[in-house]
Amino acid sequence: MAGPINWLSQVVSVTGFGVLSIPQRRGSVAAAVIGIAGVVAVLVGVLSIGAGFKRVMEMSASPDSAMVLRASATSEMVSGLSREDTKLITDAPGIARNAEGPLASAELFVIIDLPKRSTNSSANVPLRGIEPAGFAVRDNLKIVEGRKFEWGKNEIVVGVGALQEFAGLELGKTVRVGRNDWTVVGIFSAGGGSADSELWTDAKVLQAAYKRGDSFQSVSVRLTSPQAFQEFKNALTANPKLKVKVLRQTEYYAEQSTMITTLVNSLGYIIASLMAIGAVFGALNTMYNSVSARTREIATLRALGFGRGAVIVSIMFESIVLALVGGTLGAAVAYFVFNGFHTSTINMQSFSQVTFAFAVTVSLLVQGIVLATFIGLVGGFLPAIRAARLPIAVGLREM
Amino acid sequence: MKYLYLTWSNLRRKKLRTILTLLSIIVAFVLFGLLATIKHALVGGVELAGKDRVVVRHKVSLIQLLPESYKARMERIPGIKAVVHQTWFGGYYQDPKNLFFMQCPVVPDEYMSMFTEFVLSPEEMKAWNSTRTGAVVGRRLADHFKWKVGDKVPIISSLWKINGNDTWEFDIVGIFEGKEKQTDTGALFFRYDFFEEARQEYGKGQVGWYTIRVDDPAKAGDVAKLVDAEFANSPAETTTEPEGAFAQGFAKQIGNIALIVASIMGAVFFTILLVSANTMSQAVRERTGELGVLKAIGFTNRQVLVLVLLESCLLAIVGGVIGLGLAWLIALGGDPTKGNLPLFFFPPRDLALGVVISVLLGVITGFFPAMQAMRLRVADALRRM
Amino acid sequence: MDKNTNDALVRVDRVEKIFHRGSEDIHVLKDLELVVPEGEFLALMGPSGSGKSTLLNLIGGLDRPTKGTVTVAGERLDQLSDSKLAGWRARHVGFVFQLYNLLPVLTAERNVELPLLLTHLSKSERRSHVQTALEIVGLGHRTKHYPRTMSGGEQQRVGIARGIVTDPTILLCDEPTGDLDRKAGDEILDLLQALNKEHGKTIIMVTHDPLAAARAKRTVHLDKGQLSHESHA
Repeated sequence: MAGPINWLSQVVSVTGFGVLSIPQRRGSVAAAVIGIAGVVAVLVGVLSIGAGFKRVMEMSASPDSAMVLRASATSEMVSGLSREDTKLITDAPGIARNAEGPLASAELFVIIDLPKRSTNSSANVPLRGIEPAGFAVRDNLKIVEGRKFEWGKNEIVVGVGALQEFAGLELGKTVRVGRNDWTVVGIFSAGGGSADSELWTDAKVLQAAYKRGDSFQSVSVRLTSPQAFQEFKNALTANPKLKVKVLRQTEYYAEQSTMITTLVNSLGYIIASLMAIGAVFGALNTMYNSVSARTREIATLRALGFGRGAVIVSIMFESIVLALVGGTLGAAVAYFVFNGFHTSTINMQSFSQVTFAFAVTVSLLVQGIVLATFIGLVGGFLPAIRAARLPIAVGLREM
Repeated sequence: MKYLYLTWSNLRRKKLRTILTLLSIIVAFVLFGLLATIKHALVGGVELAGKDRVVVRHKVSLIQLLPESYKARMERIPGIKAVVHQTWFGGYYQDPKNLFFMQCPVVPDEYMSMFTEFVLSPEEMKAWNSTRTGAVVGRRLADHFKWKVGDKVPIISSLWKINGNDTWEFDIVGIFEGKEKQTDTGALFFRYDFFEEARQEYGKGQVGWYTIRVDDPAKAGDVAKLVDAEFANSPAETTTEPEGAFAQGFAKQIGNIALIVASIMGAVFFTILLVSANTMSQAVRERTGELGVLKAIGFTNRQVLVLVLLESCLLAIVGGVIGLGLAWLIALGGDPTKGNLPLFFFPPRDLALGVVISVLLGVITGFFPAMQAMRLRVADALRRM
Repeated sequence: MDKNTNDALVRVDRVEKIFHRGSEDIHVLKDLELVVPEGEFLALMGPSGSGKSTLLNLIGGLDRPTKGTVTVAGERLDQLSDSKLAGWRARHVGFVFQLYNLLPVLTAERNVELPLLLTHLSKSERRSHVQTALEIVGLGHRTKHYPRTMSGGEQQRVGIARGIVTDPTILLCDEPTGDLDRKAGDEILDLLQALNKEHGKTIIMVTHDPLAAARAKRTVHLDKGQLSHESHA
């Protein structure tokens, strides 16, 4: 006889009574909400580490840039190219040009020991030597303070990330490299890319300081268009005098980050799964407690004629709503605490530090809310069934 | 204890609630154990460092090479027992995506005497000395790639060329084990004389870094200063530090791992605490009448307090022990990231810490409910039964 | 009956009890005097709110008087600290409650054993005392049963067994038959009378049922916190 409207109004009533009894059950309710908030906050926080790192890698590359390394090199650090090699490379087709010549920069990539602020111990900071076209090859680079270094001088420019994480890189400070002092003349920003972690200088000056003769490690080029990549690559791999590896910059950075992102994400999801399981138990506990506190009330409602279905739906509804409140709370906490938290770590593949910021992305927030909803669903389901199946007479006797 | 029976019965009162709370506690401690294991994997190398060893590297950075001739000069410095060198080969096996591991050219006898944590049989050492292209690999590495003695293993290096070629071929003549369970056996060592002869111009006569054994570990710092003083103002200046500090430096490069792990565990335990404390409060509130009866019979306030604490502690300790045990079993299963973490076991010290924390958890969650129970006025409590 | 105060087991001396409810002061007991000799079976009767349960609580050391003293077996209860009082209760008082107040998670024998946990008796000694007590109340065959499987009368008998297991100085019963039907109630009263006549137990029983009070040797009536009159069996 009861139509859907009637049923719906039953659900609303039962839920309403439940809401009214929350002040009496406030201990359990608070515990459930805070528990779920905690789980979501930790999940999102831990995963934001991997997301932040990945973002650096993605921001580093543009589709019309390419890198050339020695054939078997797994990173710039272990690559080696001679001056002749680099000349052959810059002669290849597909490279964009400006008034000064081809947009190609033969580069040296080394590390220098500097103190890391957060741990007060030394860190491998990347130091890159570039050629004049080096600034033009990368289109998202801006000097934000000071000026570019002068060619042939012991001067360096510092990325904003490096400035934040390592000590002694402020404008005007000197950095000791071997037997010489180098001056910081400018600070640059690479829009969040990996160059933000680096120090840049003239390749020739760096070669002398690190005694590299006239050798380089990579060549960075700007192509005429993203489609020109294939032509560029073919020309180089076909050349018998060269044994090189040609990659889009996007590919290079993706490769570079695989080890760290795999590590962080696998650990992150393991931790998160365990916490989720714990949260489900906690939520079940809370919901069972909530339901048992209302046993007599629910039995009375059923004695009066409210249906089983309405009882089940209203209990699950309450559980999900509590879970969502907790989830939103947790997501908000994660966002305010973690998003943008700046730090750095060592990328074992390139053996150098990468500075990055934790990134609480929309995807992570959504994952957090979904998790909370799931916990609310599972946590409410069994207790709801139990409440609905309890014989009314038994429920009425309960104290 | 005769009261234990009463505590046990009370926990069995609402089985589902007890079980769910127990499960939450177990999960929290499994997490604790796994995080302790991961933290140890990332920074544990520090403890394995030889107390009588110091590391000498190029002052500018570790990737700069040092002259081989430094060895003789260092041997003449007082307080030094032995000096060995090794160099980062930087190669990979078959595919760059394969397991990342260390390869170094070394002088066999000297190196193995310095690093006594690597155990190689005399026969294998002999084979190594008589095979120029011979290499020994660690047990973990051999198991991972399924290498056996007698295999020919090609390693591709882009740093070093042999006859214009990137691929170096080595003969596996031995597999070394680790003396302790924690020793990392994920490396490949081959002969320095072969390396020096075969490599072309870049880096000839130069090595990566030195390890020195000092006579007196207490004087390690002084010896370090002497070494750096010896090479100050040379073209290649050095930085010397005890091996522990060197390893710690690496751990610190990863970041403040300890802080991150502690923060996560803090959040987790805080949450569990809330849930358990809430459960305990409820349990006590439901039993107000019974507690009144106990007091009427003659249990003192203190005894009632102890009973409640006993209950919360029993729950916490049982949950903690089970959780820690599970974590220990999982850690035995090995590295879940397939090789990126060289050490993967649950340090006993953290296991003990876990037990202590479980006791604390029991006490804290039981505290307020216990105080409530203690303060119950008997007459009021009986009326509420 | 002989009212020689020298062998009085319980002496209640000019006792007053005031409860504070918010801003109100409620005088539950006013200037009360009572003497209970050893071996007595006393019934306390009175309308609701007359203070009979309060008086029982004071005699049993569950509460303290606002003024006046309570002395049991020569010991002044006001001179005992809270924890000493608890210990005193364990040794000297047995309680029987209207709602039995058994612990549902424990079997009959474990429930009866509870007061013995506070003594230094060994496990086997405790067991034998429990068995004796349960046999006295006629439940020697149901020692391992849980309260929820027993009728009201049986549960109350377990309650009485618990009350006597330490062989206390006095047995205090608060409406022991209040929740039982006539038949079960009679059995309980038979038991209490037997304990008093055959085992010499001193019993003070609060009740509102005149038929229950008739089983006692002496009945005192309370009204508005004071003794109004007494009657004898």
